[in-house]
Amino acid sequence: MKRKSDQTLPTVEPAAGNGILNRRIFLEGALVAGATGAGLASAAAEPLPVPPWMKVPGANFAPYGQPSQFESKVVRAIAPPANPATQGIGTARTPLHLLEGMMTPSGLHFERSHSGIPNIDPDQHRLVIHGLVKQPLVFTLEALSRYPMTSRIAFVECAGNSGALNAPQPQALNVPAIHGLLSCSEWTGVKLSTLLDEAGVEPSARWLIAEGADSASMSRSVPLAKAMDDALICIYQNGEHVRPSNGYPVRLLLPGFEGNMNVKWLRRLKLTAEPAMTKDETSKYTVLLKDEKAWQFVFPLEVKSVITRPSPGLALKGPGFYEISGLAWSGNGSIRQVEVSADGGQSWAPAALSGPILPKAPVRFRTPWQWNGGPVVLQSRATDDTGMVQPSRAAFIAERGLRGQYHFNAIQSWRIDEKGEAANVYA
Amino acid sequence: MSMLKHLAAGAAVIALTATAWAQTPQTPKFGQPIAPADLAPWDISIGPDGAGLPPGRGTAAQGEAIYAAKCQACHGEKAAGRPNDALVGGKGSLEAGKTPQKTVGSYWPYATTLFDYIRRAMPFQDSKSLTNDEVYAVSAYILNLNEIIGKDDVLDAQSLPKVRMPNRDGFIPFPRSPK
Repeated sequence: MKRKSDQTLPTVEPAAGNGILNRRIFLEGALVAGATGAGLASAAAEPLPVPPWMKVPGANFAPYGQPSQFESKVVRAIAPPANPATQGIGTARTPLHLLEGMMTPSGLHFERSHSGIPNIDPDQHRLVIHGLVKQPLVFTLEALSRYPMTSRIAFVECAGNSGALNAPQPQALNVPAIHGLLSCSEWTGVKLSTLLDEAGVEPSARWLIAEGADSASMSRSVPLAKAMDDALICIYQNGEHVRPSNGYPVRLLLPGFEGNMNVKWLRRLKLTAEPAMTKDETSKYTVLLKDEKAWQFVFPLEVKSVITRPSPGLALKGPGFYEISGLAWSGNGSIRQVEVSADGGQSWAPAALSGPILPKAPVRFRTPWQWNGGPVVLQSRATDDTGMVQPSRAAFIAERGLRGQYHFNAIQSWRIDEKGEAANVYA
Repeated sequence: MSMLKHLAAGAAVIALTATAWAQTPQTPKFGQPIAPADLAPWDISIGPDGAGLPPGRGTAAQGEAIYAAKCQACHGEKAAGRPNDALVGGKGSLEAGKTPQKTVGSYWPYATTLFDYIRRAMPFQDSKSLTNDEVYAVSAYILNLNEIIGKDDVLDAQSLPKVRMPNRDGFIPFPRSPK
């Protein structure tokens, strides 16, 4: 099909500075009329040959499907360990800039581990609930699998995600290097409240200590109120058993709470009156402020968004029409609005949100954009249904400084230069 | 009332029972009861009040050799760090405007956490291999390097929770915690 450059198309008025267009063009099917002349489609295409793969039978069936060999670059980013003798401490980051929609393929879900991935035989794994309960209980995987199941789509985000933006000067990093400790799956399992009711929680219990079966027995204290609210003992991730790197055979899901608390390889839940003050809730995962004080027990990941395309490494190919695409999420609820700016926050226009819009799940947002080829600064700003607005970098720093390390959620700025290259900047 | 008892109640009440079942749904009970003594080997949690600390004892003097043999390769001579985390130093670095050096001495609020973490997670290549005496001794060595306890002070279940960490009051609640 050939599009003529002189075809009459409805004109779309800009919705904000530097070429941000009205999101309604997605709804009304209107196209962009030549603000900067012809687009990619204006030159006539070459004649079409019949490709060789249409002349021979294709490959046979595979027991477990793999991505196309041409997508081999869509993989997690893994930094070399600081100490080769202690492999398994570190991260594998989701390539968010190369993905679309809201879900993360299980093999690309980010990983943060403190002592490697244990190789757990599910038949030998046990989950224990004890402490301030009327009856301590042991659950096999087979037993857990017999309870009524609940499924929900939820993000998991490491509290250290986006921590690179605490650097005083902007680092030359791309989306996965800055924001790749965020992923989203459909999780299926047993409501923790069901199991706690069975054990019989004593009135004096206020917390539970969740512990993994990894080499470090990673453990965190969780408020009982959260455990009784929406905590899930997950057996399945995106329809199949939870991946080893995400906690096989069973993990804790605390929707919206910092990733570290969603204990993988869950083996024990001990109900207590007070938190345990474990290593990962005192020496780590606390937010040091401008003075000597640090916030402790910072559980929900507050409202945040990031433009994943365009972004560093995904250069624009000349002036014209582009879709700005990104993710927005909040650990406190659902995303109500995402606004996009191309002039460093001077003017904003609302983005289109691709449903479903679910609480504590990322939302894909999209904004049509006519790039005129000049330098611009792209930003996105999310608002959740509690009314909380993603802070500017200045507002974020004013509240807590840049020593917090964890829970960074200020607005990300991408500068696009005349060549179409994107870079992390502070604006 | 259990489902089995309902079934035994007889045909005359089947209709009534079905109604009651629908109105008061019960979840299945597939957890196996276990006596606290039988799960004791799994219960390695230690509270900041010292609850859960096992018998045993150790001093910094005893811990020095254990540290050199099992910890120093990662945490450096005298726990100064490199290639992994420094466990000593950073005093005063939390002050406004400074670059924080978070170590056991400068940042950790509870000494019980040190014992708990070493016992469950260290040494990295062979976790849970130290005896309780060794964990007390290595904990004492690190606390002594931080000038928090003396070289011959005995750490045990009674004395460890009484150790006052320099940053004990350094933490405040997050102001926007969910109710």
